[in-house]
Amino acid sequence: MKTIKMINISRRNAIALMLGTAGYIMSSGIAFAGKEQVLKRIDEITKGKGAKELDIFLDLPEIAENGNQVKVNFEIESEMTKENYIKNVYILADGNPAPDVAKFSFTPDMGMCSATTRIRLSKTQNVVLVAENNKNEYFMTKSKVKVTIGGCGG
Amino acid sequence: MSKVKPRGKVPKKATIDEVIEIKTLIRHPMHSGRMKDKDGKNIPRQIINSFKVDFEGKEIFKMKLEPSISTNPYIAFPYKAKKTGTFNFEWKDDSGNTYTMKRKMTVS
Repeated sequence: MKTIKMINISRRNAIALMLGTAGYIMSSGIAFAGKEQVLKRIDEITKGKGAKELDIFLDLPEIAENGNQVKVNFEIESEMTKENYIKNVYILADGNPAPDVAKFSFTPDMGMCSATTRIRLSKTQNVVLVAENNKNEYFMTKSKVKVTIGGCGG
Repeated sequence: MSKVKPRGKVPKKATIDEVIEIKTLIRHPMHSGRMKDKDGKNIPRQIINSFKVDFEGKEIFKMKLEPSISTNPYIAFPYKAKKTGTFNFEWKDDSGNTYTMKRKMTVS
């Protein structure tokens, strides 16, 4: 009886330890230099205003087997009229040697705001999208991609 | 180095106000400046750094590319067809080379 109780406790401890470790890994992840660089870039792009988190359609694979060719597709809901349109879209990545990946400049002539390209990801990381409309308002979203084989020739 | 060659897919025909998709691909190594060759020497950075599309002389789409863009950059984007005309695509690389391509579209 006594031994069973002890096992129960140790199991509980084990779970607590696992949760604790997971929490530690997650919180320590924020301290990566890459993330700080991306935050700095967002600050530069938005001229200190900051970007509002918005549910933007950003299509990236959850797991990328090959980091050399990762397809990115996004679509932002916008009227795309002269009065109201998305002007610029920035793609940033926090685990690559440099935070900038691409900058797209749209015009109302396009009818909708979407684009597709292929990017390199050197390791598992967050891909951040920052959108700017013609009223100088900023929106952002991000997506985590797990990379099996890195693609920056590091 | 293989020859840099642009390719593009634009619908030949479209109806007014139809949003079409334009797909482009340019064959280019996109050396990020971090790769090493067989002898362990650094391959200098050589990438396509900008892409621009005009329709009948008016700029419709532009993109700035960084070393994080894959080899043979693929770019797809939409366009709302209004009138018949020609698209002019232009890629520029780090050495200042320009690669261009034209595509016609008939709108009815």
